[in-house]
Amino acid sequence: MKTSSGFWVAYARNKGAVFGLAIVAVVVLMALFSGVVFPESPWEMVNAPFLPPMSDGALLGTDTLGRDIAAGIAHGARMSLWIGLVSTGVALLIGVSLGAMAGFFGGVVDDAIMRFTELFQTIPNFVLAVVLVAIFTPSSTSIIAAIAIVSWPPLARLARGEFLSLRSREFVQAAITTGQSNLTIIVRQILPNSLSPIIVSASLMVATAILLESSLSFLGLGDPNQMSWGYMVGAARTVIRQAWWMSFFPGLAILLTVLSLNLIGEGLNDALNPKLARKGR
Amino acid sequence: MSFISYRFRHLAAASLLALAVPALSPSVPSFVSPALAADTPARGGTMNIIVQPEPPMLQLGLNQQGPTQTVAGKIYQGLLTYDEKLDPLPSLAKSWTVSEDGLTYTFKLHENVKWHDGKPFTSKDVIFSTTKFLPEVHSRARANFARCESITAPDDNTVVFKLKEPFPAFIRAFEVASAPIIPAHLYEGTDYRNNPANATPIGTGPFKLKEWVKGSYIHLVRNEDYYKPGLPYLDNIYFRVIPDAASRALALESGQVDQSQYNDIEPFDVARLKEVKSLNFTTKGYEFIAPVSWLEINHRVKPLDDKRFRQAIMYAIDREFIRDKIWFGLGKVASGPFNSSTKHFDSSIVPYAKNVDKAKALLDEMGLKPDAKGVRATVKLMPMPYGETWQRLGEYLKQSLKQVGINVVLESTDVAGWVQRVSNWDYEITTNFTYQYGDPALGVSRTYVSDNIRKGVMFSNTMGYSNPKVDELFTAAAKENDAAKRQAMYSEVQKILVDDVPVVWLLEMQFPTFVSKKFNNVITTGVGVNESYDSVYLSKP
Repeated sequence: MKTSSGFWVAYARNKGAVFGLAIVAVVVLMALFSGVVFPESPWEMVNAPFLPPMSDGALLGTDTLGRDIAAGIAHGARMSLWIGLVSTGVALLIGVSLGAMAGFFGGVVDDAIMRFTELFQTIPNFVLAVVLVAIFTPSSTSIIAAIAIVSWPPLARLARGEFLSLRSREFVQAAITTGQSNLTIIVRQILPNSLSPIIVSASLMVATAILLESSLSFLGLGDPNQMSWGYMVGAARTVIRQAWWMSFFPGLAILLTVLSLNLIGEGLNDALNPKLARKGR
Repeated sequence: MSFISYRFRHLAAASLLALAVPALSPSVPSFVSPALAADTPARGGTMNIIVQPEPPMLQLGLNQQGPTQTVAGKIYQGLLTYDEKLDPLPSLAKSWTVSEDGLTYTFKLHENVKWHDGKPFTSKDVIFSTTKFLPEVHSRARANFARCESITAPDDNTVVFKLKEPFPAFIRAFEVASAPIIPAHLYEGTDYRNNPANATPIGTGPFKLKEWVKGSYIHLVRNEDYYKPGLPYLDNIYFRVIPDAASRALALESGQVDQSQYNDIEPFDVARLKEVKSLNFTTKGYEFIAPVSWLEINHRVKPLDDKRFRQAIMYAIDREFIRDKIWFGLGKVASGPFNSSTKHFDSSIVPYAKNVDKAKALLDEMGLKPDAKGVRATVKLMPMPYGETWQRLGEYLKQSLKQVGINVVLESTDVAGWVQRVSNWDYEITTNFTYQYGDPALGVSRTYVSDNIRKGVMFSNTMGYSNPKVDELFTAAAKENDAAKRQAMYSEVQKILVDDVPVVWLLEMQFPTFVSKKFNNVITTGVGVNESYDSVYLSKP
């Protein structure tokens, strides 16, 4: 309990992080209650096309086909968060387990895993994601898979570094001497002690994943049956000279969410590495 | 990109200098009627035209993609061209007669016509093109000229086509892209596709290829030996390659280019450019190709095989909305299989209007009752991957079909995948459009007759639609010499098709053409921007 409140005090010292948390909370609420506030499908053409913001029945205006932009943003939040969280989860699973093995076992295993990781790191992230989604035809699953596949290498490197340094500590040596199995040592001893940098980079990774998903949808590689912010910007960019609001509001949603997640990441970093934070200030 | 635009700016600056004087002097007030203001055409001037995408080659016999036609239509010529009503006009042929029985077509050719390399053009070139060259490399021409029993040349300036059986549409088979005349002296006895002459096209047209800087521009210059005295008027035509849609609109707006055609300008930019004072806007000049768009439906999949289901789709969608909101007003709601600008269109056919109740009633009649979620049936729609307008259409269709209980799952694809899947019948519903080439026997029947159900062939009867009565009427009408009888058959076939709904017709598509007001006589025929431009002239300052 004490540590938990200490964590919050450290976190709250970073005003930006608190702001970020507030925005993300709003986005989460939007995602949770979009179905209640906007029961109609966001694809439904509910109003006249090209209505500017503050029009009757369309707070943020309507798009080229008369779809409600506010509904699109609320439902898009669901898609963005879903993709962000799930793909980060998958990336964590791949990255941390590979990194842990590399760092813990060292030697040939380490070499093999690191060369494999480098293979992915040499290919530009976004290009690989585009190719993967294009090959497997755009759908939520293929997008999540593509984002996870391009996102895990940095996590693997991070986890490897942590494991490498912790592996030679006394408590690990002690665990080895007492005859604990490798798996127990990795999961029970080292992993909990290397979590803080991983959590920080995972929070940043959610932001990157949301950006990646938006970029894919912007290029028309989104799931054609799911409303998403990137899709909204992409579809509206052609009429930006006639109707700014169609791309502005979803663009703002992406900006705020990604910014907030980055701020949260920073706040977490401060809270989890208090020494680092004090030095920085 | 930046390299191209840099280069382009240089050239544009040069041509801008040349035009600086006319641009500064007061222009003719726009309210003066053209007849009064019309100046006598004079020689000179340079026209800049957008070409997009860049054509792969300019040998029109070997390649008939849209951009190739627009450029090569100035270099090559056919025997005939066609006015807005699709009646024939002279081109390389100065006159023609069709025998009473409809079997013999005799063309008198212009005399003193020279190829761009100075060699004389004669009936031998026509014989070579129509019996050897085109049948080998041009599928549409092959089908048309295969109907000939013999093609002969009694003298240097006469060509006689003798048909095996009457085929009244034959008179519309001589447009420049349908049957370009190719120089026999360069191609006879060679491997046509690998002939080095393909890189330097030699035609009889009013303009010759001077230079082609790949990725930048194609420069045509006046053919001084053109057979029409005093023509052409223009000195140069530059075709500018501008890959980016926004840059194209900007180039047109700023006067760097004088003309755009087909899909150069995106529908959403059209309204804005219509307001630009220096530009004329028209949708004319596409009568010969007369595109019609539709939902292509695979009749091999249930419940799409039931005509009531297809009728329900027809009733469920609002095609005026599609035209006004998705195509920004470009196009006409199609009443049926024939484009209203083509021959034999029956104007008595009433287009389906949106009627949700009727659609639901038809589905009820089929026994498709809505389940707990209101879904009666689920179908897959794969929008044509031709840009976002088609994507918007897919989204619109999904929503409007949902209103009647048809759940649509959208599928994504790329161009190669789309062609592959549609031509191999591996789809449920897709969007598509085809050209009609002036006559139902040339461009319409191919979509609906059952002997054109050919796996692996795009733009054939990929739906698998088969109705013996339709087959019979199309075959008989194509051979019928009597115009009234032919019309009766075509009217009947239109009625049957409209009731059967083998495809769900959407729009008679219109393409926007913008032409600078400085140029006159630009869009004058049903062949439009693919014309020779021999009488286009620049207004005097």
